[in-house]
Amino acid sequence: MIKALLIDDEPLARSMVKEYLQFYPQIEVVQECNDGFEGVKAIMHHQPDIIFLDIQMPKISGFEMLELVENPPAVIFTTAFDEYAIKAFENNAVDYLLKPFSKERFDKAISKWLDQKNIPQPESVNASLLETAAQLPQQSRRIVVKIAGRIRIIPVDDVHFLEAADDYVKIHTKEGSFIKNRTMGNFEQVLDPQQFVRAHRSYIVNVQFITRLDPYEKESYLAILKTGEQVPVSKTGYAKLKKVLGL
Amino acid sequence: MPVSLLNIKKHRWVFIAGFLLLTAIHAQILRSLGLDWETALWDSAVTNFCFAAGCILMTNTLRYYLPRKYQYIILVVWSVTLSTACFFISKWILQFIFNAEQPYLEILDNSMTIRFWVGVLIISWIGIVSILWYRQQESSEVEKRKADTEKLSRDAELYKLRQQLQPHFLFNSLNSISALAGSQPEMARKMIHQLSEFLRGTLRKEEHQWVTLADELQHLTLYLEIEKVRFGHRLSTSIVSDEASNGFRLPSMLLQPIVENAIKFGLYDTTDSIIVNISAKVEGDQLVIEVKNPFDPSTSGPLSGTGFGLTSVQRRLYLLFARNDLLATKAEGNIFITTVKIPQHDQSITDRR
Repeated sequence: MIKALLIDDEPLARSMVKEYLQFYPQIEVVQECNDGFEGVKAIMHHQPDIIFLDIQMPKISGFEMLELVENPPAVIFTTAFDEYAIKAFENNAVDYLLKPFSKERFDKAISKWLDQKNIPQPESVNASLLETAAQLPQQSRRIVVKIAGRIRIIPVDDVHFLEAADDYVKIHTKEGSFIKNRTMGNFEQVLDPQQFVRAHRSYIVNVQFITRLDPYEKESYLAILKTGEQVPVSKTGYAKLKKVLGL
Repeated sequence: MPVSLLNIKKHRWVFIAGFLLLTAIHAQILRSLGLDWETALWDSAVTNFCFAAGCILMTNTLRYYLPRKYQYIILVVWSVTLSTACFFISKWILQFIFNAEQPYLEILDNSMTIRFWVGVLIISWIGIVSILWYRQQESSEVEKRKADTEKLSRDAELYKLRQQLQPHFLFNSLNSISALAGSQPEMARKMIHQLSEFLRGTLRKEEHQWVTLADELQHLTLYLEIEKVRFGHRLSTSIVSDEASNGFRLPSMLLQPIVENAIKFGLYDTTDSIIVNISAKVEGDQLVIEVKNPFDPSTSGPLSGTGFGLTSVQRRLYLLFARNDLLATKAEGNIFITTVKIPQHDQSITDRR
């Protein structure tokens, strides 16, 4: 039995997919979710083989939800999102269905997935999916993290600085630090370069929190934040900071 | 400011060549009257130089001032005046150069009439050419401006259309209809009617049109009904307006983006059931409308998420009333409140009767 999960905030949209799926007795809809929060839980609980995922949903988008799932299952997007955004995902998702879609179009997506299901997909598919998702404008204004099974949305303005920690990035905020499974380069690319500066190989700092820059060792500096926290600044980082701060 | 006639390279060459030719003919005629080459050349050069200067003065004057009425009478008067001036100046210069040569001065005196009228002809001819040239430039400029304006308004029109049709809303509604068609065909049909009525209303409305609050709310209700089919499990709405406010007028489709914004904000910023409240009342001579929706202050940041739909409303209000204080937003706990005030300008008050 193939396990499928429907994640869409419109019940009618889900019933549409369910209706189309009736013709596939081998596929069972294990759960329907109203939003990304339910989606994350359901994915962990059911370990579905495929999810039908809407993009615009309450609180967190379909892409943000995928970020929170380790080894996400195969995804077929079902969305009325405009074509431009869709183009970006063309190569990354199994398929995308633009609402409203026909039974024929739906069948095509399913058979495409059934065909490629048995061929192991390279790991990079999901990675590049996340990469593209991260470039959506909305994502650069907030960071979604999962902590102790709960999902938190952190507005980027609340972020003091980011710190590289092994394969993770530690996000420092006034409410403590959070860990996210992404690279520094990833964050550097997504965040507004006028606000977040890669001050050091292992640090990205929010310039709005900097009160002063003190010389530290030879050719290196320390950024002192309003919160009292100190962030190391390298020689090249210092040059970048000077430019952004207009010194 | 049009381009001067003589600013065009080709024109300048024709002008210079024309005057050189004129000078040559002039000298040849004087020569045939028995003057020596040197005197004939001096005479023709000085005379034609003066007239050329007169021509330049003529065309440049017309560049700055193109007469509208009686243009050809004005042209003749100017030509005669300029020609007179040129004529006296050239005569004075020639008398100065050749003041000792009596036979030449005699010829000069005898040819005064023809010199003067040739001058008038040349200068007025240049005048006519200039008028035609500047007129043509003017009309092509008007043409260009017209084309630019048309393009601008076309772009605006297109933008407006796209805004009104809200592809996202439309496609999602169509998707709901598609889903209903299988399970509840009656509901599907009802939604098609609602959607059609809403779209028809949207297309009929003109940006500059004023409608009564009752009309605007009726249109809004259609929109809300459709949204409730999509989000019925989470969305409820309430519209409250008193008798007095119903007759007040407002620019059509002004509330639509505000309510859209409230719904979007409410539905996507929380996961709970939400209620969107719309209330209207009269305050003095102003119609005051309040739209309330829940939101999550912890994730929405400094109310910046509202900007999108509301900047266009702000802009419209500014264009209509030249005021920036008619649209206000505030947060009370987890309720977001948008308030819009619409002054009843005189036109609308007379209309209401």
